[in-house]
Amino acid sequence: MKRLLEMKNITKEFPGVKALDDVNMDLIEGEFHSLVGENGAGKSTLMKVLSGVYPYGEYEGEFFISGDEKRFYTIREAEDAGIAIIFQELSLVKELTVGENIFLGREPSKFGVINWTEIYQKSAELLKELNLDINPRTEVGNLGIGQQQLVEIAKALSQDAKILVLDEPTAALTESEVEILFDILRNLKKRGVGMIYISHKLDEVFEMSDRITVLRDGQTVATHDASELDKDKVIALMVGREVGDIFPETTHEFGKVALEVKNLNAFEAEHPDKKLVDNISFNVRKGEVLGISGLMGAGRSELLTVIFGAWKGKSSGEVFVEGQKVSISSPKDAIAAGIGFVTEDRKRYGLILDQTIMDNSTLAGLKQISGNFLTHRSRELVATKNAMSSLKVKANSPMTVAGTLSGGNQQKVVLGKWLLTNPKVLFLDEPTRGIDVGAKQEIYAEINKLAEEGLAIVMVSSELPEVLGLSDRILVLHEGHLTGEFTKEEATPEKVMAAATGTL
Amino acid sequence: MAETDKSNKIKLQTSSLRAYTMLGALVVIWLFFHWQTEAIFLTPRNLSNLMLQTSVTGIIAIGMLMVIVSGNIDLSVGSLLALAGGVAAIVLTKMGYGLVPAILAAVAVGVLIGLFQGFLTAYGNIPAFIVTLGGLLAWRGAIKGISGSETIPIADEGFKAIGQQYIDWRVSSVLAAIAILAVLYFAFRKAKAQKDYDVGESNLGKELLNSMIPIVGIVLFTYVMISYAGIPIPVLIFLAIAFLGFFITNNTTFGRYIYAIGGNAEAARLSGINNKMVVLKVFAILGVFVGIASLINTARVAAATPDAGTLLELDAIAACVIGGTSLMGGRGTVFGACLGALIMASLDNGMSLLNYADYTQELIKGSILVAAVGLDMIGRKS
Repeated sequence: MKRLLEMKNITKEFPGVKALDDVNMDLIEGEFHSLVGENGAGKSTLMKVLSGVYPYGEYEGEFFISGDEKRFYTIREAEDAGIAIIFQELSLVKELTVGENIFLGREPSKFGVINWTEIYQKSAELLKELNLDINPRTEVGNLGIGQQQLVEIAKALSQDAKILVLDEPTAALTESEVEILFDILRNLKKRGVGMIYISHKLDEVFEMSDRITVLRDGQTVATHDASELDKDKVIALMVGREVGDIFPETTHEFGKVALEVKNLNAFEAEHPDKKLVDNISFNVRKGEVLGISGLMGAGRSELLTVIFGAWKGKSSGEVFVEGQKVSISSPKDAIAAGIGFVTEDRKRYGLILDQTIMDNSTLAGLKQISGNFLTHRSRELVATKNAMSSLKVKANSPMTVAGTLSGGNQQKVVLGKWLLTNPKVLFLDEPTRGIDVGAKQEIYAEINKLAEEGLAIVMVSSELPEVLGLSDRILVLHEGHLTGEFTKEEATPEKVMAAATGTL
Repeated sequence: MAETDKSNKIKLQTSSLRAYTMLGALVVIWLFFHWQTEAIFLTPRNLSNLMLQTSVTGIIAIGMLMVIVSGNIDLSVGSLLALAGGVAAIVLTKMGYGLVPAILAAVAVGVLIGLFQGFLTAYGNIPAFIVTLGGLLAWRGAIKGISGSETIPIADEGFKAIGQQYIDWRVSSVLAAIAILAVLYFAFRKAKAQKDYDVGESNLGKELLNSMIPIVGIVLFTYVMISYAGIPIPVLIFLAIAFLGFFITNNTTFGRYIYAIGGNAEAARLSGINNKMVVLKVFAILGVFVGIASLINTARVAAATPDAGTLLELDAIAACVIGGTSLMGGRGTVFGACLGALIMASLDNGMSLLNYADYTQELIKGSILVAAVGLDMIGRKS
């Protein structure tokens, strides 16, 4: 067994804080080594040291690749040494073709003239090797997120990577795409590629890993063979405490129907013939948490977006809030009707990352908090501070810039923004994606508390345990159709999955 | 957590640091010219002239700032200035209507064209760059067409006063006193609000101390202006618009929405903001300001010329950028834009006093624009 990588006593300080404190990690040929830890534990920082993002001299400690000490000053040097990283956020150029992306920066050329035949031939071979049915001349922007992720992996392979780092690669993949990805990774393992896998999804970690390293607060807590651990043990190591059931006990009393939707339809904006939401009717009562489950592309987010008046394509249907028919043609109308919408992807749809917590928190409810015309700084400050303390947002002050917060705290700011609009119905779309266990637990508790206070909640989530653990009732969508409805007592993972795959 | 906290502090510091850096740069430029011109630059007469030169670009830069912060751009302001000024001159002289209709006509031309361009941008989904690049050509053509490419001289004393009159020392002093009282009033109000809402951020003493900077500024400014001939009317209009712009961007929901849209248009839309309407209004406001600036510009030279305001759009954009505005939108201040306009005007004024050749002036101004943004980028990185 050859040791591909050894990182020794890596310490990386940011002004005033040690992001990495004496971290050790190693990787063996053909090994699948998972790196887990709460957000902010230092996983990404460690990988940035490895990949030359932080050049030599900005960190302490040393690392060896195949026994030789390496000092990278640029990302390119790390790539040349056989390290490839696939980041959480895709780094492909959407306007270029698959082949162009794979060879971007390393185009085979003679005297600066690109050899296109070679690019597309080699790309086709690579894609075939990965069993991907993708034309290398397709523009990347036309591919689904999952396929794009797989193209990234093809790109990494084309660089003859010996060490492949994957940072949350499955966050946007469907289950079948995850399977394709894992098949590819198993293949790579056989070829001797060592992989460092960063993920919050412990099921995946245990499915694939040989060893697991846990980081906490910038320190290596433990490295164990995966066979010696189980999920509870890993969670305990991550948070440094034993975690009981992370879902709160629910005792919701249901009131009157808060939101009723009848015969909702929605069509894709670009292809007006393609129906994404097909004749869906449902209701949610005060104090009830309604979970909406389904696979990627089932129409869950689209359903919420249409009700909220933010859908760009054609749509139809009736919406009633507390029995009153409302006509919603913009998010403004929806907010006026008492609907709040914690959107998915907080960085794209939820937050203005450059602005302060206060600016973000009061944005949706600004006119309610301040008045129609003039802003009222003191009232805004009070509202923001109250929201921050009730949601336990960890930040210096309301004037902290939102982009500098951790994912969990950012999510809480978005939640707070909507609570400040005093909604009667709150939509949550993937409320805990990409945030750590501790923050998740706090958000679950908050959702539960809001329901107890009588808010009607509609929650879309791709994480089945979350839907099962929090919802009083679950709707399941499959390709735009409603294929299942279960009460908390009836619902089992198997039943929900069957409805979601359309096999019920 | 500590890591994020630290970086927040650094960010906040850099933003106020930048304001100080710009002020410092202005002081250095002034001292340099004062030394080179053998003590002519910093005399009341020249400073009064400098403020006059700043006013037209400054007024437009304030409107431009809002357009840029919303994530758009307006390249048509120079041509629009010529058109609005030309229409005012025609209404006044050729059609023989009075002063007030002429003023209203210039502002109306500004608003209507601002609304039109804003509508095409916001509701027609045509990029602002293209819409206003078209405007840059079209409005210049329009004024050449209606004026027969000829200069329209203006004899009306009332109209000329808009650009040439000074406010005598008595009225100037009264205005300064009112401004100081206003500053104090806002300090008291802020302290009271903080007490009422128990925000516990600061107290009356601190607020009063903070208001000393603008008060000293007002006193100095008024003293210097009175030492020459009083506050020039264009400068008074510029200051009023600067205050209005400051108020809109800092104290209104509308102002907050401009920054929100520029920062993240999609998040703003999903937060219930009517993005299109905000963008439309921002263009209309810039149109009003261009209309007002066109009156000053026309009155100063007592004539409307078809090539008035050539390259003014670039001066206004440069003023915003030097003042720390991000062309990507979401970031920038009225104070910065005004300071940027003052820096640009200082360079013009000083280099003219030194009899630099035209080409030298252009080379230097261009270099300073790029250098200012370059330094800003370096500052932001570290």
